[in-house]
Amino acid sequence: MTLEAQSVQSTENLPAQTNNPIPSSQPLSYRRAFMLVLKRDLTIAMRHKDDIINPLLFFVIVITLFPLGIGPEAQTLSRIAPGIIWVAALLATLLSLDRLFKSDHHDGSLEQMLLSPHPIFLLVLAKIFAHWLITGLPLILIAPLLAVLLHLDENSYGALVFTLLLGTPVLSLLGAVGVALTVGIKKGGVLLSLLVLPLYIPVLIFATSAIDTAALGLPYSGQLAIIAALFFGSLSLAPFAVGAALKVSTN
Amino acid sequence: MWKWLHPYANPEVSYHFTNKLLPWLSALAALFLGIGLVWALLFAPADYQQGHSFRIFYVHVPAASLSMGIYFAMAIAAFSSLVWQLKLADASAAAMAPVGAAFTAIALITGAAWGKPMWGTWWIWDARLTSELILLFLYLGVIALHNAFEDKNLAGKAAGILTLVGVINIPIIKYSVDWWNTLHQGSTVSKLGKPSMSLDMLWPFIICFIGFSLLVGVIICLRFRNEILARNSIRPWVRELVQQNTVK
Repeated sequence: MTLEAQSVQSTENLPAQTNNPIPSSQPLSYRRAFMLVLKRDLTIAMRHKDDIINPLLFFVIVITLFPLGIGPEAQTLSRIAPGIIWVAALLATLLSLDRLFKSDHHDGSLEQMLLSPHPIFLLVLAKIFAHWLITGLPLILIAPLLAVLLHLDENSYGALVFTLLLGTPVLSLLGAVGVALTVGIKKGGVLLSLLVLPLYIPVLIFATSAIDTAALGLPYSGQLAIIAALFFGSLSLAPFAVGAALKVSTN
Repeated sequence: MWKWLHPYANPEVSYHFTNKLLPWLSALAALFLGIGLVWALLFAPADYQQGHSFRIFYVHVPAASLSMGIYFAMAIAAFSSLVWQLKLADASAAAMAPVGAAFTAIALITGAAWGKPMWGTWWIWDARLTSELILLFLYLGVIALHNAFEDKNLAGKAAGILTLVGVINIPIIKYSVDWWNTLHQGSTVSKLGKPSMSLDMLWPFIICFIGFSLLVGVIICLRFRNEILARNSIRPWVRELVQQNTVK
């Protein structure tokens, strides 16, 4: 709570400090506003470390369940490893999405953000970026370790990391639309998965295919290019949808 | 054109308009479906390879293309509701969603029933079937989101945004699924070439298609009427209408 107050206060104070001759009519520069929201979200996340660790634990546990369910044969596991890792990544992202706007919605800081003079696009982008840093990045760091557990083909490690690097931001961006739509609803959790998972299908298809192709020693730049296209497409369009959805949700 | 369209933004006017439209639409739908289905199911020649099981095509294909068409219609309604703040556009999108979901389900079920004699299995991860299944999920998402909101105005807006996000994603999903399908399994599924269809089969198909489209129109009109009444239940003209009907 105090942090909210601080950050809101600092947004109000900063222009007065930096641009003394033009009081209050000159808003924060775009970069400043972006950094401020990013920093605030990261600070909050650092103070609730559970939120970072729990999706990661979920990711690890889901992946350990598969060999137990399917059997320990290395050949089978390495065949299905890309799919398992990516599906687990989708689910882990889905679990962590909830905290993207929920707490801000509860304490009212989301509404303040929407009322601020900065473009919503920017603020939303900062929040999504923070979310990706908190959930996507740890996932990428731990994925190679899990790939070892699943006997993933050695050629595929690069593809795995690259697809996760390009794909997880897409997950965060598309997921943000779903969260923004459901943030005002009390039992939004299950609904969120219904809304968001169908949209994740293209990323899943191209990412797993890139990893499979890499395992055969073939070039996988085509799939990567398509994931990159999905990334830039969602980067440019999703924040608009999120902004519109947040306006509906906060009414 | 705008001047001509403007009165229909009023719920009362569009209610009476749908009232007038309904008998015509339903009569035409009954006519076309009656002729088309009888012709298609009884008199059209059987396919030389697939025999009579081919006849499900006369239901399956219209259902499949209408399921896509209804989603695009929903997207257009959602877009006009977001841009011009038309509340009735929300109502029409809400009226269309379950119809679209039902037609997607029909397309899936008839597809499975067709697959059994053709491929020997109920379900095959064929590109078109898979994307139809995903379309069903998108429909269900829109309906679920619509039901989750208490306030129908908010529900319409939220569902509208989701519909628009979905409509951008549908081509992407479709192409990725097509691509995934060609990658994972060879061309085991023989494609039914539409242009090579003979005229004896094409005519009943066209009539069936028009009939099903009209049927969709009728159902949507009925649902749209109910949506208007439900959303305007406090208005005096609705109360008058109810009173008139109860007196009779």
